[in-house]
Amino acid sequence: MKVSTGTVRFLKSSEFYLFLVIAGLGAILTVVTEDFFSLENLFDVLVSYSFLGIMAVGLMVVLISGGIDISFTATATVAQYIMASFIIQHGGGWWVAFLIPVTIGIMLGAVNAALVYNLRVHSIIITIATLNVFYGVLIFVTRGKWIYNFPDWFAEGYSLFDFSAADGTDYSFSLSIIVLLAVFAVTGFLLNRTSIGRQIYAMGGNMDAAKRMGFNLLKLHFFVYCYMGFLAGIAGLVQAQLVQTVAPNSIVGRELEVVAAVVLGGASLAGGAGTLLGTILGVTLIAIMQNGLTLLGVSSYWHKIVIGMIILISVSITAYNRKLEERRHAEIDV
Amino acid sequence: MNGDNFLELRNISKRFHGVQALKDVDFELRRGEIQCIVGENGSGKSTLIKIISGVYTPEPGGTITIDGVSQSDITPAKSTHLGIQVIYQDHSLFPNLTVAENIGIHQHLETGRQFVNWKKLRQTARDAMSKIDVSLDVERLVEKLSVADRQLVAICRAIAADARLVIMDEPTSSLTRQEVDALFKVVRDLQQKSITIVFVSHRLNEVMEIAERVTILRDGLKVATFDAKDMDDHKLGFLMTGQEISYSALTNGFNREKTILEVDRLSKKGNYRDISFDLHEGEVLGFTGLLGSGRTELALSLFGMNPPESGQIRINGETVHLATNHEAIARGIGYVPEDRLTLGLIMEQPVGGNIALTVLKTLLTRCNLIDSGKQKAFIDQRISDLNIRVPDAEVAVNTLSGGNQQRVVLAKWIATHPKILILDAPTVGVDVAAKSGIYEIVKRLASHGIGIILISDEVPELLSNCHRILLMRKGRLVGQYLPSEISEKELGQKINEG
Repeated sequence: MKVSTGTVRFLKSSEFYLFLVIAGLGAILTVVTEDFFSLENLFDVLVSYSFLGIMAVGLMVVLISGGIDISFTATATVAQYIMASFIIQHGGGWWVAFLIPVTIGIMLGAVNAALVYNLRVHSIIITIATLNVFYGVLIFVTRGKWIYNFPDWFAEGYSLFDFSAADGTDYSFSLSIIVLLAVFAVTGFLLNRTSIGRQIYAMGGNMDAAKRMGFNLLKLHFFVYCYMGFLAGIAGLVQAQLVQTVAPNSIVGRELEVVAAVVLGGASLAGGAGTLLGTILGVTLIAIMQNGLTLLGVSSYWHKIVIGMIILISVSITAYNRKLEERRHAEIDV
Repeated sequence: MNGDNFLELRNISKRFHGVQALKDVDFELRRGEIQCIVGENGSGKSTLIKIISGVYTPEPGGTITIDGVSQSDITPAKSTHLGIQVIYQDHSLFPNLTVAENIGIHQHLETGRQFVNWKKLRQTARDAMSKIDVSLDVERLVEKLSVADRQLVAICRAIAADARLVIMDEPTSSLTRQEVDALFKVVRDLQQKSITIVFVSHRLNEVMEIAERVTILRDGLKVATFDAKDMDDHKLGFLMTGQEISYSALTNGFNREKTILEVDRLSKKGNYRDISFDLHEGEVLGFTGLLGSGRTELALSLFGMNPPESGQIRINGETVHLATNHEAIARGIGYVPEDRLTLGLIMEQPVGGNIALTVLKTLLTRCNLIDSGKQKAFIDQRISDLNIRVPDAEVAVNTLSGGNQQRVVLAKWIATHPKILILDAPTVGVDVAAKSGIYEIVKRLASHGIGIILISDEVPELLSNCHRILLMRKGRLVGQYLPSEISEKELGQKINEG
């Protein structure tokens, strides 16, 4: 049987291993829980993790470029808070609900980009600082007040392709799913088919070389951090629409979960590596694991321990594979 | 301007914070020639390259003429546009991208191009490779390539960018002899395509092999440009340094009666096999062989970092098992990786601190704090022993002359009382004058009774510094030579055989 080199490459890739882990975990959960393998449950998981997926995609782009952004949860919160306050006071429609958070996201991303580029301090330090500043200012100004009472059109949501399953439950492609799929498509195209996407990979692979080649590093920094901000803004909108509440502390604190998903998906903290498929699988793994633990009735404190263990195991396997690879290279014909 | 010239520089000067990096340099390149620029560190080679590639602007009064057109303000982008490509020592490749994308990377920077044309990118890469008869898998990631192949990718990238002048900075420094030959063939192919080549190199013998003309820089001034056929490496060395450099042959003997290290049938699968040799007190034992011959793996085994699978190591007659480098150090074995002999100094720190650094443990009080009285006595003793000329032990190392710095290095190593010192390629990337200083250190360490294992690629270095030379090939010891009984040429051939 002839196997193409592309297939071989896929079978050796970290995405494939991740896929196997997810399939294995899914099989176990199907056997030990009643509810896991049902359309209803899987649909719920998809809807409720979509905003994390959107942020994960943005973070992946930053990681590929050789940086990191920790502040995106604060960006998303600030964006959704301002959007929610505006539509409750002044009304508006979906366009307003979309444009406000993405504009704020892009602006806060630009702040990160300018600081990272000009200060030449590692982006993790800068974005931890901006996370605190963005979030602190929001809490100070709003005194941490929750927002409810959305207008009816916002509460009803937006959906396409309504359909009923055999058991009579209604499903639809709601706002969160539509947006998530659009984000996947746009980001995939951006990274693999556009010159700027390839420049982002190149910059993450070798910043000095990119500079010598005459890449516009300032432009690339702005693009990357603003894209992260843009997606954080969208994620803020999606999450607010989903839970119909804006609480300043509901997204902040989940940044490490997103970092975990992206790193599990094969993006490297050293820059230059990461794929859309990997990130999707990374988010999927985190999502079904948390869902599975919930269905099994395990305390939510355990979730953190399990996530931590999974990250440790995954990076250990990566490190071990690299060691094997190095050994193979060092082999001498004796 | 002479119509044969691709590039002419006149009266080029450059000064950084009061340091004159280049002064009134005239330089020209003929179309399609291979020219080398040589000079010691700090002679202005890299400044000159950066002026040609537009990274630095020369001071007023200097002129740059490229292809008959005077260029007043040349920038990196403009020099690229004019067909000037620099291949830096690190190759400036993108390890996470494929061969095709690295070669065609300029396509991503074309103005007005928003989208990637993968088909065209691969075609560009194949075209560039076929011009110099290279075939690499275009889908392979550059990080999986050997150093030599990466260099080919960098050259292909220059070709793909329509280079008319390719400047290579130290292109041979991490290549084996075969790879250097392959590179030279590629360079001659480029010349056939009437591309001008500039080589910048420390390795004078290679310079002489490939270059048609040689320009020598010293202290920011151009000494002269010569036809390579009128030069030899001895003359070049003199012109570069302004001083007659001759490596004195090894005269001091060693103690044949006292064997300090015996290695008996040492083997490790995939590394080396059946290695036996011994080392005497005060002996300098050369190890050579191509990269991949197993010599570094063997050295690491002796230093406890790559435990052997079978065989014995005896130090002063006692069988030892070196499972970690900690044990090796405790047994009196030192290992100095490439060019760390001089880098082992902390330049901003005082002389005394540098000398005592490796032996701080022996200078502690009962409470495990440093006994400053003991430390001072120790340092003063070393300084007077080695005749280091310093006003006092508190001055920073970087204020000393080169010769005195080398004595500090010497003091530091002698302080640890090593019995065996392994030097792995100690002069790689070191210029001519500093090399002779390192050789002096090696000789003096040996005269203190330390047994030295000197791993090197450079035949003259081995012949003038070693008592015996052992040759490794594919993990085995295949020969032993005495410097007095083999010529440079013969040894060079033996190394490259098989």
